[in-house]
Amino acid sequence: MPDSNKNQDKPAPATPLNPRQRGIIVGASGGIGAALSRKLAREGFSLALVDRNKTALQSLCDEINKNAGETRALIYEHDITKYDSIPDTLRRVIADLGGVDTLVYIAGVIHFPALDEFNFPEDYKMVQVNLLGAMAWMSAIAPLFQNAKSGQIVGVSSVAGDRGRIGNPGYNASKAGLTNYLEGLRNRLTRHGVNVLTVKPGMVKTDMLKLPGAPKPVLAVEPEQIADLIWDGMKKRKQTIYVAGIWKWIMLVIRHIPSFVFRRLNF
Amino acid sequence: MNITKNFTQLENFGHSLNAPAYLLTVNIPEEIHAAFDLAKKMGITVTARGAGRSYNDAALNGGGIVLDMCGMNAITRWDKSTGLITAQSGATLEQIWQKVEPDGWWPPVVSGTMKTTLGGCLSANIHGKNNFKMGPFGEHVIEFDVILPTGAELTCSPNKNGDLFHSIISGLGMLGIITSVTLQMKRMYSGLLSVDAFPVKNLHEHLSALQDGAPNYDYIVGWLDGLAGGSSLGRGQIHATRYLHEGEDPNPCETMKIEKQTLPPYIFGVFPKSMLHYFMAPFMNNLGVWGVNTAKYIASLRKHTFRQSHAAFHFLLDYVPGWEFSYGKTGLIQYQSFLPKESAESAWTEILRLSHKLSLPAYLGVTKRHRPDNFLLTHAVDGFSLAMDFKVTNNNRARLGKMLQEFDKIVLQAGGRFYFAKNSETSAETAQAFYGEETIEKFKKLKNRCDPNGLLESDLYRRIFG
Ligand SMILES: Cc1cc2nc3c(=O)[nH]c(=O)nc-3n(C[C@H](O)[C@H](O)[C@H](O)COP(=O)(O)OP(=O)(O)OC[C@H]3O[C@@H](n4cnc5c(N)ncnc54)[C@H](O)[C@@H]3O)c2cc1C
Ligand SMILES: NC(=O)c1ccc[n+]([C@@H]2O[C@H](COP(=O)([O-])OP(=O)(O)OC[C@H]3O[C@@H](n4cnc5c(N)ncnc54)[C@H](OP(=O)(O)O)[C@@H]3O)[C@@H](O)[C@H]2O)c1
Repeated sequence: MPDSNKNQDKPAPATPLNPRQRGIIVGASGGIGAALSRKLAREGFSLALVDRNKTALQSLCDEINKNAGETRALIYEHDITKYDSIPDTLRRVIADLGGVDTLVYIAGVIHFPALDEFNFPEDYKMVQVNLLGAMAWMSAIAPLFQNAKSGQIVGVSSVAGDRGRIGNPGYNASKAGLTNYLEGLRNRLTRHGVNVLTVKPGMVKTDMLKLPGAPKPVLAVEPEQIADLIWDGMKKRKQTIYVAGIWKWIMLVIRHIPSFVFRRLNF
Repeated sequence: MNITKNFTQLENFGHSLNAPAYLLTVNIPEEIHAAFDLAKKMGITVTARGAGRSYNDAALNGGGIVLDMCGMNAITRWDKSTGLITAQSGATLEQIWQKVEPDGWWPPVVSGTMKTTLGGCLSANIHGKNNFKMGPFGEHVIEFDVILPTGAELTCSPNKNGDLFHSIISGLGMLGIITSVTLQMKRMYSGLLSVDAFPVKNLHEHLSALQDGAPNYDYIVGWLDGLAGGSSLGRGQIHATRYLHEGEDPNPCETMKIEKQTLPPYIFGVFPKSMLHYFMAPFMNNLGVWGVNTAKYIASLRKHTFRQSHAAFHFLLDYVPGWEFSYGKTGLIQYQSFLPKESAESAWTEILRLSHKLSLPAYLGVTKRHRPDNFLLTHAVDGFSLAMDFKVTNNNRARLGKMLQEFDKIVLQAGGRFYFAKNSETSAETAQAFYGEETIEKFKKLKNRCDPNGLLESDLYRRIFG
């Protein structure tokens, strides 16, 4: 059996007067993931919280259900790099939720290398979680949404995917790959009534920015604010959003810095 | 087997609820066994679906397997001398009446739409406008074949597997999957019915007319103006209808032809009826319905008698294909309560008043006269039913939901029942309260026996028994 917790109470079935959106959040117990989970639960979603850290998942889930006064969230302990288990976990989740309308892929890892450090094992991990995990989850759910002619896929990429920078080629590549994959998915699925939303956060005050080697926060915002902006993008069925919005303009400039200048910069 | 490509968005009839599921088509009974095996392997559940005419979650199973039974629809035997017909469970009432009518027969019980399948009719144990006289659909079933989730194949009749006969009929598809049904048809002496139409000024007159009229007619049904208040609360129009006796119709062979039953596809000769619902949509608000209802009531003030074909009398709604779309994107729900004749008037007075107070009137109200039956999950009472259609909007959902909870309390208090082909909001507590402990116990025992692994589950099942 897939890595689910069989004894959880299921959310109440949807009825016409108590409709429920059903969402899966992969990477739910992280900084942005937890904030978005709380937000979507408040918006009335039934949620499957997927992550590898069971204790963190459980306390998030308990908190959400307690605040809602009923079961809104279920937890699924899952290591994304166990790609083979994804179709089974997905099937279980969809049966437990009574369907699915939204997949949010938000899991990610980062290693901040020194400027002269080349670290393939760390790069490999980043590609495994940031890109391959997203591809594995999305390619499991895409055909379902495509056939149902509805649904939304949200991928949390990063402004870091917009350019390859001196600081972190591996992370940049993993996010550039994800951004590109999401674009391709969008071009495939929009015609089937499925929305694909690419989220590009700037800096967000989560544990990620507390890792060794992390840069000084610039324009960093709280994960709750990011969650509100993501929900807004989901509601409006946007295609790409920079969060916070200021990063749209910053990245517009950065994307246009010519290579001969970019090569000489230290960020 | 990869069933990813079968993942399909399914809806209730009112387009107010969706639940995606793996939709598998059943053409032969073996495919039902295969579906149970697959469900077991995948750790998910199965629900049968007929024509999907239930207003609620009865034929939905979000994230599970839904079996589309419509493909298994052959009429396998028809004996015009005895009126016995055998058909596969996906056959519709439309197929059945069109088969038997030209030979001088008619289904003894039909729903307000002819699109329903035999499987759906047995599982909900549907009632017609003659419930007070002919009982529910199940009373005209001679026998049926069923496949249980255990894999057992059984034939059930009142004498053979009688407990399953009386519980699978009315069992909301939760005990087994019906594959074939044998029914007794009723003899007719004309393709026409004689209809007496007359107005009733208020709820008291309305219910008295149903009760006093029923013994003198074969069918009786009321239209209730959900918007009229004050001294006109519960006003409407009664259609009391009888079969023509032998000899009354000089040319029964002619009137029983199928083409004499069906209406033309155009209204006034030019206007395609498939487009009619677009023109109804602008009236689907409190003011529009008030106007339409008032005009309808005034037109009904003239008491009159007319002849109408069986199909036109029973399946009026089918003549506006897609009428449910006129309720807009967020659809509609139906709330149907069944009340004992002693308490009906006061309970519905309270209910109608509450709907007016909250500005959430029913856009369509239909009343019928009923009698009890002995099927396990029966919805019938010695009394009346009132079906109310409500438009659902993003703005009224929460208020409507609260109001229906109040309705449920009033109905329970008055000793009433609910119908799970219709009611979409009734909770487990309410359901168990009106079924009663003994019935629930009996049902659970049967469920255990027929389905020890819990493979047959619908969204409705999880709502009221989960
Ligand atoms: C316009 C309209 C008018 C109506 N008028 C009436 C009326 O006058 N009286 C009345 O009683 N009802 C009425 N109904 C309700 C309708 O008759 C019931 O909902 C009926 O069950 C629908 O049949 P279906 O084939 O569409 O079944 P579905 O809605 O597809 O399924 C209904 C139930 O039957 C089960 N089921 C279906 N096939 C099988 C099978 N082969 N084996 C086991 N279980 C099965 C399903 O699991 C589900 O629980 C009306 C509905 C509409 C839309
Ligand atoms: N914070 C920022 O400034 C920032 C900026 C741009 C983009 N982003 C992106 O936003 C997303 C969320 O970031 P965050 O800041 O919220 O980081 P976070 O707090 O570290 O959250 C990431 C989550 O992913 C989970 N995860 C990692 N590897 C996994 C695996 N193999 N299996 C299952 N779960 C795994 C983590 O679980 P564990 O806790 O067990 O590791 C954690 O819960 C990431 O994709 C990140 O790249 C963040």
